[in-house]
Amino acid sequence: MARHKTEGSGKTDADQTSIWNGLRVAITGGTSGLGNALAVALHDSGARVAFVARNRARVEEVVRKTPALHGVVGDVSSKDDIYPIAIQLLGALGAVDVLINNASTLGPVPLVPLADTNCEDLELALQTNLLGPFRLTKALLGSLAASAREGRRALVLNISSDAAINAYLNWGAYGASKAALHHLSQVWDQELSLQGVRVLSLDPGDMDTPLHALALPDADRSTLKSPASAAREMLATIQNLLLETKSAPQPKNQEAPQ
Amino acid sequence: MIAATVPAQRLSNAKLLTIDASGQITHFPRLNFPDLLRARDVVIANDAATLPASLFGIHSRTGAPIEVRLAGRRSLEPEAVKHFSAIVFGEGNYRTPTEHRSSPPELRPGDGLRLGSLRATVVCLLDHPRFVLLRFEGSSEEIWRGLVRHGRPIQYAHVPMPLEIWDTWTPIAGPLAAHEPPSASFILNWSTLDVMIRRRVYFGTVTHAAGISSTGDPELDARLPLDEPYRIPESTARLIQEARERGGRVIAIGTTVVRALEHAAEIDGVLRADEGLATQRIGRETTLRIVDAIISGTHQPGSSHYELLRAFVTNDVLEDMNAELEEHGYRTHEFGDSIFVERMNLAGAGVIARNKKNGPPARMSHQGKTHYGITCMQSRNCKLLKGHGRP
Repeated sequence: MARHKTEGSGKTDADQTSIWNGLRVAITGGTSGLGNALAVALHDSGARVAFVARNRARVEEVVRKTPALHGVVGDVSSKDDIYPIAIQLLGALGAVDVLINNASTLGPVPLVPLADTNCEDLELALQTNLLGPFRLTKALLGSLAASAREGRRALVLNISSDAAINAYLNWGAYGASKAALHHLSQVWDQELSLQGVRVLSLDPGDMDTPLHALALPDADRSTLKSPASAAREMLATIQNLLLETKSAPQPKNQEAPQ
Repeated sequence: MIAATVPAQRLSNAKLLTIDASGQITHFPRLNFPDLLRARDVVIANDAATLPASLFGIHSRTGAPIEVRLAGRRSLEPEAVKHFSAIVFGEGNYRTPTEHRSSPPELRPGDGLRLGSLRATVVCLLDHPRFVLLRFEGSSEEIWRGLVRHGRPIQYAHVPMPLEIWDTWTPIAGPLAAHEPPSASFILNWSTLDVMIRRRVYFGTVTHAAGISSTGDPELDARLPLDEPYRIPESTARLIQEARERGGRVIAIGTTVVRALEHAAEIDGVLRADEGLATQRIGRETTLRIVDAIISGTHQPGSSHYELLRAFVTNDVLEDMNAELEEHGYRTHEFGDSIFVERMNLAGAGVIARNKKNGPPARMSHQGKTHYGITCMQSRNCKLLKGHGRP
């Protein structure tokens, strides 16, 4: 079952190391905000991390700062980029145990009511926030399912928003795309249960990120979570979710026939 | 047989010819293939994802246009992309039948090749004027970037439209390992895997670097399949062991799976989790030690895929099969129809006898002697071969 809101957690980083250590993680949108914070936090927890972003200079800048991260240049909203991205992720990591679909677009900025939203802007929001994650997950599903069969954790994390649940004025394009992604996650999580692959959809809450600044330029940044603490909370939430389901991933296809 | 010309992996009207252990032939709609499986069987597929292994470019010394088809490498490690064996063609593309393709200019060790943004050097010739060992410049990250930007899937004239990468990836494709699709797995989709699990049929995978199926040159074709690295995960070895203990059949989806499993069990008949280099040829002389049945495409007599079937059934049954395939209009090639063949109780010459004839299993003889199954013509100058141990 896909969960939504992340909760604060008293778990320490040392606890998190246990489940992320050695996992091969691919993250889209890793040069800023939550994606970058997740990449760094997962790397600190012992995961091997590759990230995807559109801007080569910014990808190279992130890799300069943290040379252990693998950077891939690509645009998840572009159908033609999906397999080149998947191949480069697999080329960097060998296999993917965890895919984090984090890259996201707001739609028209400044935010406008749906009646003033161009069809093309809604299309772009759906391409980036819904079709991109769907395509990349499909391209990497073979690898994810192989991880589950081999007894590793296999997980897709789709970054959601409270705009996926609540109808906020002026957030129509973004909210609709995130609502669709959330629903997709819930269906997919059930459908893939026999294969041992989990699909979670989580809302990190309001964070001090470039995306938030675009949406609400006048927001009081001191009231917003830092991406780093949001990333830590999110990893703790996932760890709790996974550990409460099962002590270790045992896909049902590996149970003994009776 | 007629060629399957459309890159559709799961046509609803695809056919499946089955041969049971008594040699009896039956026809099925391929969609119903899970009905052939029994509780306790284990189905093993090749989960290799297909590389964009065809690269167009220029032979630097002569300026001649060439096509390079990456044919093999010695390891499945994603970093091991510096060296590839490759078949080189002259000008032209897949629309010309491979056997009519023009030859490349004379290839010499040290020749540079410009393949899009990729730069490669001919390290040595591999006993044939257009079969070479290549070394790419740059880091593995740069090589992967060049491959996705400039590489195309290898394809042949029977499919007129250009293939996209997704046409060549099976639904279960994971590790980047195949040079052409392990197309027997096109039969699978996720719903089918769920059906199998619900029916208590096990499912596991191996990764095997399915190689080039045709070079257009009879002498090179006779060497196929080339040596191919493979990996058998612990979970798969365990599934097979458990299925056998419970009396289930081991069903291989594709010839590459047969080759990997039988190679891994070649020494003492015990299948272990392993990484290796499959060097053997499977045919009438082979005693199968692991695999009980194979699901495969339909192949032309004489091809290595077809000859492998002789390890499963008698020549008479194969001739009956050919007649039935023709009569019922089966389609051939990678997007074609399929066969399901159970092993008959054949008295083969035995793998141990074969090894005596051919020397010990190749994983042990590989060290320093051969590369990609053939002797390097410039082996003294070929740095790759010096101290080259097991991949």
